[in-house]
Amino acid sequence: MQSSKPREAYLNSLIERAVGGDRAALGKLLTVLERPSRDSGIVLRTLVKKSGRAHVVGVTGIPGSGKSTLISKLISVYRSWGLRVGVLAVDPTSPLSRGALMADRLRMQRHATDPNVFIRSIASKGFRGGLSLAALAMIEALDAAGYDKIIVETVGVGQAEVDIMHAAHTIVVVTMPGAGDDIQALKAGVMEIGDIYVVNKSDKPEADQLLEFINFALETGEIGSGEKWRPLVVKTSAIMGTGVEELAKVIEKHLEHLVRTGRFEEKVESRRLMLARLFALRIVEEKVEKIIEAHKREVSRILGESDDPYTVLEALIEKGLREL
Amino acid sequence: MSNYKVLVSKLGLDGHDRGAKVVARALKDAGFDVIYTGIRQTPEQVVEAAIQEDVDVIGVSILSGAHIHHVSRLMKLLRERGLNVPVVVGGTIPIPDVPRLKQMGVREVFLPGSSLKEIINVVRRLAEEKRRAEQQA
Amino acid sequence: MVKLFNNESIEKIREALKKWEKETLPLSLQRFPERMERFTTLSNIEVKRIYTPADLADHDYFEKLGLPGEYPFTRGIHATMYRGRLWTMRMFSGYGGPEETNKRLKFLIKHGETGLSLAFDYPTLVGIDSDDPMASGEVGICGVAVDTLKDMEIIFDGINLGEVTTNMTINPPAPVLLSMYVAVAEKQGVPYDRVGGTTQNDPLKEFIAQKSYVFPPEPAVKIAMDVVEWSVKNLPKWNPISISGYHIREAGSDAVQELAFTLADGIAYVRHLVERGMDVDEFAPRLSFFFDSHINFFEEIAKFRAARRMWAKIMKEWFGAKKPRSWWLRFHTQTAGVSLTAQQPWNNIVRTTIEALAAVLGGTQSLHTNALDEPFRVPSELAAKIALRTQQIIAYETGVADTVDPLAGSYYVEWLTDEIEERAWRYIERIERMGGMIEAVKKGYPQREITETSYRFQREVEEGKRFIVGVNIFVDEVEDEIRNVPLLEIDQEEIEARQKERLRKIRESRNKAKVERALAELRRAAERGENIMPYVLTAVKAYATLGEIMGTLKEVYGEWVEPPLI
Ligand SMILES: Nc1nc2c(ncn2[C@@H]2O[C@H](COP(=O)(O)OP(=O)(O)OP(=O)(O)O)[C@@H](O)[C@H]2O)c(=O)[nH]1
Ligand SMILES: [Mg+2]
Repeated sequence: MQSSKPREAYLNSLIERAVGGDRAALGKLLTVLERPSRDSGIVLRTLVKKSGRAHVVGVTGIPGSGKSTLISKLISVYRSWGLRVGVLAVDPTSPLSRGALMADRLRMQRHATDPNVFIRSIASKGFRGGLSLAALAMIEALDAAGYDKIIVETVGVGQAEVDIMHAAHTIVVVTMPGAGDDIQALKAGVMEIGDIYVVNKSDKPEADQLLEFINFALETGEIGSGEKWRPLVVKTSAIMGTGVEELAKVIEKHLEHLVRTGRFEEKVESRRLMLARLFALRIVEEKVEKIIEAHKREVSRILGESDDPYTVLEALIEKGLREL
Repeated sequence: MSNYKVLVSKLGLDGHDRGAKVVARALKDAGFDVIYTGIRQTPEQVVEAAIQEDVDVIGVSILSGAHIHHVSRLMKLLRERGLNVPVVVGGTIPIPDVPRLKQMGVREVFLPGSSLKEIINVVRRLAEEKRRAEQQA
Repeated sequence: MVKLFNNESIEKIREALKKWEKETLPLSLQRFPERMERFTTLSNIEVKRIYTPADLADHDYFEKLGLPGEYPFTRGIHATMYRGRLWTMRMFSGYGGPEETNKRLKFLIKHGETGLSLAFDYPTLVGIDSDDPMASGEVGICGVAVDTLKDMEIIFDGINLGEVTTNMTINPPAPVLLSMYVAVAEKQGVPYDRVGGTTQNDPLKEFIAQKSYVFPPEPAVKIAMDVVEWSVKNLPKWNPISISGYHIREAGSDAVQELAFTLADGIAYVRHLVERGMDVDEFAPRLSFFFDSHINFFEEIAKFRAARRMWAKIMKEWFGAKKPRSWWLRFHTQTAGVSLTAQQPWNNIVRTTIEALAAVLGGTQSLHTNALDEPFRVPSELAAKIALRTQQIIAYETGVADTVDPLAGSYYVEWLTDEIEERAWRYIERIERMGGMIEAVKKGYPQREITETSYRFQREVEEGKRFIVGVNIFVDEVEDEIRNVPLLEIDQEEIEARQKERLRKIRESRNKAKVERALAELRRAAERGENIMPYVLTAVKAYATLGEIMGTLKEVYGEWVEPPLI
């Protein structure tokens, strides 16, 4: 899409309305941010001037551990504290199917009509430019729109999801008893660098065992964020609602720690750096794809016929970039 | 272009979600991104979910017999919020009620026996239409 | 071991078959190629070209069949079956307010009906009051609205509860509705031992299919079993639970899944009650079942026969029940609503007839036949009457009820009975390995199986692999005009307004302190894990509302949201 003046005016009005509390405008704004384009660049330019205040909480953990249920209960606690909550739910859709079926919302749908809660589902694929770019850009939008807490749900494996979690201020790793308390399970992706560990489904008998196991792993340093923060462990039952308030308080503790140590702003900065980097990478990627498309024949022969494929490819791309 | 997004929802208190789930599955297999809200939804919840997810089409299924009541409320809320999302309705709807629903602004009504192919085609057409209208705006 | 056929005969038949396949069959196949490559039942069981004694080579007569009224009851739970008493022709109906329902019940009683049946509206089914915002537009639509004891008093005004039996289709709120019924009986001076009827009270199938759940699975089962225990001890004539496969089937399962999931539900209940310390033989005779009868004729008959055999085995061998009465699988049947089509609706009479016939040949204890216009509206009087007449024709004209289990010994039916049983056991084993049905529904296992099956079926219909007359074969261009006949509209808004007004008045006039005390005591009892029935009864008598009682229990037990699975 061409970025013309009327288009820019439209985007600006969208931002203005979204920031002013128009939820339909915010919904549309998030759609614009789903893929990198001139539009999304223009939007981000304005958004980052208004964002940077929100506390981004990443909630991750194995499928079925109760993340969505827990987030729904966490929303209730935050609402009782008078905070506004935005949620981005990344649905672990099978990469094999064309479409996606997103059902995290189902567990949080009771908050749908609360004007101070905004929930958006993200299919884990189908985004040009990648899932992480879309999610990171959406965080800026929810932040600018005045949501105090932005909760991001992912299963935390795969590069994109790890990137997303790195963009969070606080990483909450959700585990449950009976899922095989193997240390390897906690070493997948971002789970080993949690700031807070949750033993959910504590209504089940084996919960205490898991709690001990995690405490032990933390002591031996097998898991943990490696920062000046000793990860805390909280027992919850999302179904019964027990322990959720405590979890919310522990999350606040971590926030205080971040603010005190200056890490809060640092994280906002590194989040934006990552966003810009992903943006740039996408631009390059698109261009490279165009060049390769234009020289398909040549490229397909390089590996087999060239003495130094790396240098030849490099030269081809550089030449292509100059010509573009 | 990203996938078309559809909200599939069960409006009202009945729990007969077989149809809604089969349709959600079929839409997903046909390449749509489907947001499924589950059962026991109010018109307010459906409208809010549609807004937050910025969907291209809203599909609601009702088998409780309260379709006139719920759908008229749904359409009224959509108008109030200035939302231009096409709505389709499925379920045990008596034929004499079909024109009533259409008068309210429902774009299509799927009666028992509608084929998945037909549903997918209509939803795709409506989604295309909506995206096109938006581009022009 | 009493084999049906001796080895020598079997050998001879096998030889003959081989010869037949070589000599007779090819010619026939050449001239009349078969209609399909594979013939399958609705459960996707492949049906062979022909069945012979060779398919029953190892069949032990007494192990598999026995005699009617004797273990394993494959041939029926009674020795004489319908020669003695026909099945009960039970017809559910009803919508409107308590006043309308009272009028209709009195009308039915005047015409000799003593088995009454109450259907409730959706707000009542999910345990909320008529003035709850979620109830808006739904009050009084698919059944009668009940908020407080007052409504139950109106429904049974002038009807002696000692002289009728009442079937209540109610699940999570069953303790409340049963308490209301009992409270009315008490007010009428009817002693507990004359209060008779049924509560459906089957929470597990709500998670699997019907989706009128309220509490999470464990407390849901606990509460339902409170009703069973309390009824066993206090209401000798009450059937406290009807373990239902009907809804599982209507939600899209096949016959094998219906059978397996229903029995697995039953197993979960029995296990819970035994763990509670009850004697199996004390409660087992009070359990009853409810199945669907679908259109694949022989498969349904086989399903009913297999069900009896399996349950008898479960009760006798797994749970050690000693009374033959505890081994019985008594069941109610309804013809398959989902098999009916909106297109060419008159054909539905034929479908219902075939399904009803299958239920009778399968040995049902009672039967409901659907009306032809059910797919698109509340049945008209004529349609409901034809449905009832269908049963009467089967009972009085056809002669199918004149001998016990007439299809026994059919090579195909016996083979299919074994096959269905075998497949159902496999499901039950899988569920047992998961830790029983409560764990399975939490994982969404049966839910997912059903969604898969119904999606597959729908695709098969659309790909022309399964036929439905009037839908994907022999389709009419023009809609039948009866689909255009407007409904008798009930004035829903008026009913809702009336119901809310009555509720408001009760909330105002009742003794508030008494209500609060009753609810507080209920909460404490629930927290202690006691049987809640006596406390619910006290609350009901103080005119606590359905929504208040359910709300109190929700605070203790939590609320269920389905795992997202499609
Ligand atoms: N017993 C018990 N079950 C729970 C608890 N929290 C969640 N569950 C159940 O666990 C299942 C999964 O819950 P979700 O909230 O969907 O889990 P999730 O981690 O978001 O799952 P995905 O998004 O699919 O990865 C559901 O059946 C919940 O009802 C709990 O505290 N106790
Ligand atoms: Mg989730």
